[in-house]
Amino acid sequence: MPRTTVAEFSVESLEILAPDGSVDEDLEPSLSEETLFDIYRTMRRARRLDERAVALQRRGELGTYAPGTGQEAAQVGSAAALAEDDWVVPAFREQAALLTRGASMGSILAYAMGLEEGAETSAEDRALPPAIPVGSQALHAVGIGWAQAIRDEDAAAIAYFGDGATSTGDVYEALNSAGAYGAHTVFLCQNNQYAISTPRENQTRAGTLAQKAVAAGIDGIQVDGNDALAVYEATQRALDQAREGNPVLVEALTYRRSMHTTSDDPRKYREEEEEVDWDRKDPIARFEAYLRGRGILTDERVEELAAEIEAELEDAVADARETAAEADPADMFEYAYAETPPWLERQAAASRGGGDADGE
Amino acid sequence: MASDLRLVEAVKATLGEEMARDESVVLYGEDVGVAGGVFRATDGLLDEFPNRVYDSPLGESGIVGAGVGLAAAGMRPVAEIQFQSFLYQGFAQLQQHASRLRSRSRGGFSCPITIRTPYGGGIHALEHHSESFESGFAHVPGLKVVIPSSPAEGKGLLAASIRDPDPVVFMEPTRLYRSLRESVPDDDHVIPLGEATVAEEGADVTVVAWGSMLQRTLSAVDDVDADVEVVNPRTIYPLDTDTITESVKKTGRCVVVHEAPETAGFGAEIVSRITETAFYHLEAPPERVTGYDVPVPMFAREDAYLPDEKRIAAGIRRAVET
Ligand SMILES: Cc1ncc(C[n+]2csc(CCOP(=O)(O)OP(=O)(O)O)c2C)c(N)n1
Ligand SMILES: [Mg+2]
Repeated sequence: MPRTTVAEFSVESLEILAPDGSVDEDLEPSLSEETLFDIYRTMRRARRLDERAVALQRRGELGTYAPGTGQEAAQVGSAAALAEDDWVVPAFREQAALLTRGASMGSILAYAMGLEEGAETSAEDRALPPAIPVGSQALHAVGIGWAQAIRDEDAAAIAYFGDGATSTGDVYEALNSAGAYGAHTVFLCQNNQYAISTPRENQTRAGTLAQKAVAAGIDGIQVDGNDALAVYEATQRALDQAREGNPVLVEALTYRRSMHTTSDDPRKYREEEEEVDWDRKDPIARFEAYLRGRGILTDERVEELAAEIEAELEDAVADARETAAEADPADMFEYAYAETPPWLERQAAASRGGGDADGE
Repeated sequence: MASDLRLVEAVKATLGEEMARDESVVLYGEDVGVAGGVFRATDGLLDEFPNRVYDSPLGESGIVGAGVGLAAAGMRPVAEIQFQSFLYQGFAQLQQHASRLRSRSRGGFSCPITIRTPYGGGIHALEHHSESFESGFAHVPGLKVVIPSSPAEGKGLLAASIRDPDPVVFMEPTRLYRSLRESVPDDDHVIPLGEATVAEEGADVTVVAWGSMLQRTLSAVDDVDADVEVVNPRTIYPLDTDTITESVKKTGRCVVVHEAPETAGFGAEIVSRITETAFYHLEAPPERVTGYDVPVPMFAREDAYLPDEKRIAAGIRRAVET
């Protein structure tokens, strides 16, 4: 029997906006000026929120915070492509995606203040709380997308995770089971080049992360993750496919311009030169150049927007502080079970009374 | 000779010494190489031992599972799991393989892996970064579970764990990493596993505490009008029941303090053993001062969850006053 090739694969890559803001007109999606401006506005809001959050963390008001700086196009571009009924399943750096979906800055800050209130969501919000265990949430998006398939509904779910997450068993299982179930699921991998200190090339020998879809028998595509138009376009198509029961993995090539979290020091493991290189490919600058070129953005509008964002931030900080001030520690007993078991009731009573857990 | 070290420094020094001592020791885990670990517990070791320190790809099942294979092939793997909560991702490998490779092969193989992992609350960390699952690990036959409560113990117990022929989960209290300095012997310093120590002698009541709760207990004792004996088990499994029993036989009263939830926490095991071994010496019901039976809250509510000096003192008073 001869040797034959029984499988071959290729991976497509999509870029629509070049780093200088020039656009490939054949590929340019037809988005309304309002949608385009919204994408820009949300990217700017996310960037300022990160700056403010890091400053608040440095002053001791926030706990550990994971900035999404540099990844705004990957997040906002993809979340903007979602239909109202679609679901978002975030990791822990998805502030920009959550803002796109209508989360408030105040709740994001409250979460970073260590308050469960900041993670309050329900099926109505079409979003799960942030997931810190890396990769774990990808499977939840499979289940949600599978439920849509079972009930023959139109909605899809998008799971966000990073390059590091693609090494976990959970993500491999998610890609595979989404295909097996025909789940309405899109996997949006933000390859920001690092998992804390570990560079993408040490994470895996795979030439692209998109190709991890191939082994699962689902589609995979790579996009320029700093190009909001390309991310939007690729996600839109992926969602259309997913609604038909064909899950897709989108690898958005981007860069974590800031630290991993506020407890991290990138100087331990990467050169400043590399960071400067990526600064030039910044997603917001590129999109702004494009919008200016199309006459959608003027200096005046940019200034106005900046002032709006500052006002929004002030309110958000005030809201989060208020949530913190009002937080009742005994709340922790309230949400563990639908019905609090008697022994836990005793613990709760003791915690209020300040001592005897045996209730004596 | 001795040096004044913090726990994290003692861990690093010990890792270096054990690597120098035994060529089969390899170190790996997420971000342990170039970055030197998120707590810097392995800082500089990659430079010192270039082919024996590895940044692993992300994935704890892979870290533990590959460790089983390394061990089977004659290496002494020392793996870091970045935070104890993420050892749940590796729990299947720990429970199904590392812990029972010896028994499944009828002694043909052993699995001398050491899994170091920061654990516990009190440092305002993110969700899933503050848990204390020692009782869960202790519930896996074949595993040893070790918790140092000071820098010198960090050294002595880590050296013993790495040299131990069986798999050890070595839990490092994050709260103590940098908060405590202590004189740590420079030369070989090994604290045998399975031996508790009496941290403070007393006659009225026995308090058993470990990890960051030991420090809290030692300071809570000052607020109590009783002569308190404090026992630090150092090894959770195998537990030194004799030392605890002897102490309780002397005092007739006991309190166990831990930050993990009360139900099925390791306090339950300790109290059971005490009732089995010292029942007729007990003058009061054993007390537990613990975390509550809820998921560890995020850090804004953490202080209300973790036993503090006040709760510990109240627990001791209950035991003494009954
Ligand atoms: C299961 C698990 N292991 C380890 C960690 C610690 N940790 C937090 S983020 C991170 C790196 C994640 O990298 P990546 O998936 O690329 O996402 P990014 O941080 O770049 O957004 C690690 C190792 C964790 N949160 N969960
Ligand atoms: Mg990454």
